[in-house]
Parts: sequence; structure tokens; C-alpha cells
Amino acid sequence: MKTNETGKTSRRDFVKQSSMLAGGLMAAPLISNAGYFNSVDDTIKIAVIGCGGRGTGAAMQALLSKQNVKLVAMADAFRDRLDSCYKELTNENNEDGNVKAKVAVTEATKFVGFDAYAKAIALADVVLLTTPPGFRPIHFAEAIKQGKHVFMEKPVATDPAGIKKVLETAEIAKQKKLNVVVGLQRHYQNSYLELYKRVQDGMIGEITSGQVWWNNDGVWVNMRKPGQTEMEYQMRNWYYFNWLCGDHINEQHIHNIDVMNWFKGAYPVKAQGMGGRQVRTGKEYGEIYDHHFVEFHYADGSIMNSQCRHIKGTYAKVDEMIVGTKGVVKCGDAQISSKGKSLYQYDKKLENNPYQTEHDELFAAIAKGEYKFADAENGAKATMTAVMGRMATYSGEVIEWDKALNSGVSIMPSKFAWDANPPTLPDANGFYPVATPGVTKYFS
Amino acid sequence: MVPIPAGSFTMGSPNSEKGREEDEGPQHKIQLSSFWMGVYEVTFAEWDAFFKNMEVPQTKAIAIDAVSRPTAQYIDLTWGMGRDGKQPTNSMSQSATIMYCKWLYTQTGVFYRLPTEAEWEYACRAGTTTAFGYGSDPATLAEHGYFKDNSGGKFHKVGELKPNRWGLFDMLGNLSEWTLDQYDAAAYSKLAENAKNPLSAPGTRYPRVVRGGNYLSDANESRCANRIPAVADWNKRDPQIPKSRWWLTDGMTVGFRLVRPAVQPSKDEIEKFFAQYLK
Repeated sequence: MKTNETGKTSRRDFVKQSSMLAGGLMAAPLISNAGYFNSVDDTIKIAVIGCGGRGTGAAMQALLSKQNVKLVAMADAFRDRLDSCYKELTNENNEDGNVKAKVAVTEATKFVGFDAYAKAIALADVVLLTTPPGFRPIHFAEAIKQGKHVFMEKPVATDPAGIKKVLETAEIAKQKKLNVVVGLQRHYQNSYLELYKRVQDGMIGEITSGQVWWNNDGVWVNMRKPGQTEMEYQMRNWYYFNWLCGDHINEQHIHNIDVMNWFKGAYPVKAQGMGGRQVRTGKEYGEIYDHHFVEFHYADGSIMNSQCRHIKGTYAKVDEMIVGTKGVVKCGDAQISSKGKSLYQYDKKLENNPYQTEHDELFAAIAKGEYKFADAENGAKATMTAVMGRMATYSGEVIEWDKALNSGVSIMPSKFAWDANPPTLPDANGFYPVATPGVTKYFS
Repeated sequence: MVPIPAGSFTMGSPNSEKGREEDEGPQHKIQLSSFWMGVYEVTFAEWDAFFKNMEVPQTKAIAIDAVSRPTAQYIDLTWGMGRDGKQPTNSMSQSATIMYCKWLYTQTGVFYRLPTEAEWEYACRAGTTTAFGYGSDPATLAEHGYFKDNSGGKFHKVGELKPNRWGLFDMLGNLSEWTLDQYDAAAYSKLAENAKNPLSAPGTRYPRVVRGGNYLSDANESRCANRIPAVADWNKRDPQIPKSRWWLTDGMTVGFRLVRPAVQPSKDEIEKFFAQYLK
């Protein structure tokens, strides 16, 4: 019977940028360069930086990618997270597959602490950057500096200064012909690719607006434990601190915002919106809002309405709807329709696992010595869109893309150490300052 | 719930049945004790009494010695189909349904569980022998179950179509339903004739058996005899490892229905049951 068996997945239709082609995309130097891999054989060495649930998942997918790969190094701020990741990856009964033979990490190649990343990166050909997003600009810059291919999770930063750094690094990655895949996995998901293709072919005419949602109950909380320094507490409960997470409009809702940008083929030029924290007000929820509603404006006058909410017991919806002059795309339904009549329906039984596809395609390209993926720029601009939205809801002002991106606004700590002060600190009762529209200002 | 009388029936399908697969044979006669069965698939209203019950601790792991409830869903696992109180609850693992039973047991003192594959097929056939119970023509299916041709690509409120002869709604469609059995393609060839209350004991987490078609099934998949192995692929889009023990990112077509054995097992047997399925 086997319903729900995945059908054969069509290979992703690579969108090759013309500049890459003009620059000699498949040129030989990389392949002929004996130093392309560190190894003497053709094994592709992998390091994972950030060993939480997502880092473990990404490492598993990389090791399941059917290429000759080995995990050679691991890095995390916390030893216990690194250990639980190692345990999962070497568990022969893991339901995703047995990759134990591909884990070649020793005590000497397990690195712990804020500076662990650079040591792990040095040992690999490909690095997986899966820490909380605040660290991504630093880790990405180091990986590209060391000449490594990169898989990095979204979002790629939490503030304009970080985004700027990622954009600069993306340019260097292009020059060095280093593949970069960003975990905005809808770009690697069959249904989205089929919908995208049809929109490109004109099925819905000109895109005039979009509605995007990530409304649900919210995520995990890690309560403060006795003996933790403030830095350790924030690192453990990172979702609720902006320098680490960027608020849920950035950490989760980026997926939906990115879809509208992708289909539209553009990034918004300005945003205004409203938000706040009405229900999730406890001190364990740090400083982030529990809802945002943002109106993003594109240069041609079209608009994206974006809503995200983390409030228990409310209507849940995670989806995107793209509206054109001739029809509407409902991404969740994998359908294109006009006036209620279906123009195209994707067969959901053919859906792939986009998280696996990201790695399958990245590692296949690397194994063949191909330069195919340059996701970092879009990853940075998708992040910028979300951060612009957050700046709009926090301030209650109209935020312009160029001004915000070039503002140099940074919310990162000046020093990374367990006894250093993070950029936001609790008051005597343990509560953190929260942005207030009309009071919070980014530009004087 | 409605009473399902003790009795015997022929489980599996004949070689001649259109759309039949190997794992549905050989046909064999089996006997079943009586039980009560849910008239409907468990609804969101019923599920939420457990899932949204703040009194019950929420845990990432499945609690073995206690009752715990599922973690929050990071995405909308109805995938836009809605969660009206009368719609059938979906996307949960078999463990999550067993925990629901355990919670019910602590609340009511009554032992409810999933049906076995044999109980499910017996109740689905309700004394009939044809592919869809009401005949072999898929046209009859549309009167009794939501499948690909009449669902509009989504599940519907329970009980909207006609029930079967024993008063059970949506057996063949709407959502596929969890059973207790481990999936074994050769299970039927291992059974003795007239076996009583057969069950393939639980082994590995995957694959276990799901029965009945769903809103995405074609007619062949919605036959009474069809057996569906739930595989790890049903949780493929969970990006984290370890993956959720409660939810299935790609199991949106599965739900469940309860049975209550007419003769309640002993307290020891009940505890053993929960320990066995929640380990």
C-alpha cells in the first residue's frame, strides 16, 4: 500500500546567476587545485559549529548526503550540548539513519567555548553554522576567511551591522568560489519550486501584494538556574534575547517573509508596523515581543503584510499567500487559483524533505568541484527584511531599508566571555528593558 | 461509542480485489471479543482537553512513569485545514495517542486504547466482505468517506457522511487511523486459522500500522483491507534531532479512534500495556 511514499523528486532547477556564469562557473582551477580538500583522499571533511537540536539535524543530513563525507570536528559554547549532539550522531539506532561510521570526531577535535568555532573550522572542508543567529556573521566571516564551503542556518544575523558583515563576506565567498547554502529550506522544497516556476511563467500576472504568517503558541523556555552568570543564562535561554535571536519575527517568521521577497524578486524599501508583548510578559521571556504586524513596501508600490504571533491558545497559521493581477498563490495549499478556481495544484505526496535536499545538493556540488550556491546575499537580505520589521514595530516609525542597513546599529556584546555583561541586563526584579513604540528610537 | 459484538470474520482481501496488495493476504478467519468503539475519529475538542490541560506537565520526552502532554507545535500541523472542535485531530505520533489513553485512564478509571488491526478491519467491514464494505464501486466510497475525489484536499468535520452498518463514521476516509500493531507485511501468513484477538506486538517505533484511507488517498488506498505502514518519513521535516516524539511533520493524514474492551483488563495488565507502548 505505501501511501505517503515519497515519489521521485525532481532535481532542483538551479537558478544560476548570470554573473557566476560569466565568471566561468565551471572553470577548472578549483578542481585541479590539489589543496581543494584538506584530505589526502577525496573525503569531504565537515565541522559543525553549534550543536543544538538544529545543528545535530544539519550534521545528520550532511552525513546522509551520499557523498564521501566525515564529521571531523564539533564546536559549541557548552560541553553538554556538544555531548548530546555527539551521542545522537553516534547512535546506531537513530531513526534517521546510522551515520556512526562517518563520525570521526575525537576528544581533541571537540571544541568548547566562545572561541571554539575557529579551531573547528580549521579542520574542515565544509562547515555547518548552526548556533543562535547572533554569532553567524562572525562565524561566517571566519569560515570564508579560512576558505571553507558553508551551510548556515537562517537567520544570518540579528542587527544591521551583522547583516552588513554577512553581505561583505558573501562577496568574498563569491570571489573565492566557495559554495554557501542558507537554511531557508523552502527554496529547496518541491512544492515551492513548482509554484515559483509557474509564477515566473506568468500564471498570476504581476505580483501586487502578499500576506505572510507565523502565528503559533511559541517555543521553549530555559529557566534561570542557580550559579549561572548573566551571560550563561542568556546563552541558555537565547530565544528571548535580541542579540542572540533577533526576536521571533527574525528567527522564525523570516521563512515566510523570504518567500514573498523570492517570488516578488525584490526586497522591500521600507516598513512600518505595530507590535508588543501583551501576554508573554514574564521575566523568563527576556525582551522580545509576542506579536508583530508589519506592512512592508516594495519600490513598485506593492505591499507585504506580515504577521507573527507567539501567544498560546490563539489561531495558528504558518503560511504565505502571494496575490497577482491574474491569480493567487497559496503556498500551504500548494495551489494557484483565480477567483476561487484552481489553476494549478501540486500533488503533496511528491513533497521532498527540503532539509535533506539542501545537503544533498550542496555536497554533490562540492564532491564534483562545482561552484553552484551563493545563498548568502539573499540570506542576509531576508534577515534585513525581518530586522527592518522589528525596528519598525519597536520604534513605531517608518524604517527605510538603506538607512537602516547602513546605520551601523549593533546590538552585540563588546566582549564574549562567561563573566562579561551581555548588552541587555535585568533590573532588580529580574525584568529586562523592553522596546516601547514612540520612545525607542534608532535614528536621532 | 457503540458496542461491537464478539464474532468472527475473514480478514484481508481476495486476490481478485482491485487494488489489492500482497500484505493483505492470505485471507484468514479470526475471532474477536466484543468491544466499544468510538463512533467518530477523536476530535480537536476531545484532544485539546488533554493537549491544552495546564495541569498536565508538558515534556519533551514521553513520560514513562507519569502522564505528560505534548510540546507546543512550532508550526501549524493542520497545515491550514483548521482546528474546529469537530474536526478530527491529526499529525500526532502513535505514542501521543497512547499517552492520551493513559491520561483518560487517570481521569476516568476506564481503560481506552487504540484498536488492533483486526478489530479495526472487523469494525470497518461490519459484516460485509466487499472492498469498501458497501460494495466494490468507488462511487459508494464517496457516500461514506472523504478521499481524494471528494475531500477538496483537506479533512472535514467528523460525521458529515453516512455511517457504516455498525454506526461508525469516517472509517474509510477523512483521516487514516492509528492501530496498535507493528507492521509486518507477512503477518497474515503467520496466523493460525481462527486465531483469537491477534496483535503484532510493538517492536521498533517504525513502522506501525495505520488503517483506513484519508483525504489524500485514492480509492484503492481507502479499501477496508488496506494496510498502511507508518514510516520514519512521516516526520521528515522535523529539522531538529532528536525529533519530536509527539508530532509528525508529515503525518498530517493520520488521526485516531478509541476502543474500550468490553471486559476491562486488570490494573496490572493496564500498567503493563502503557509501559510497553510508551517505552
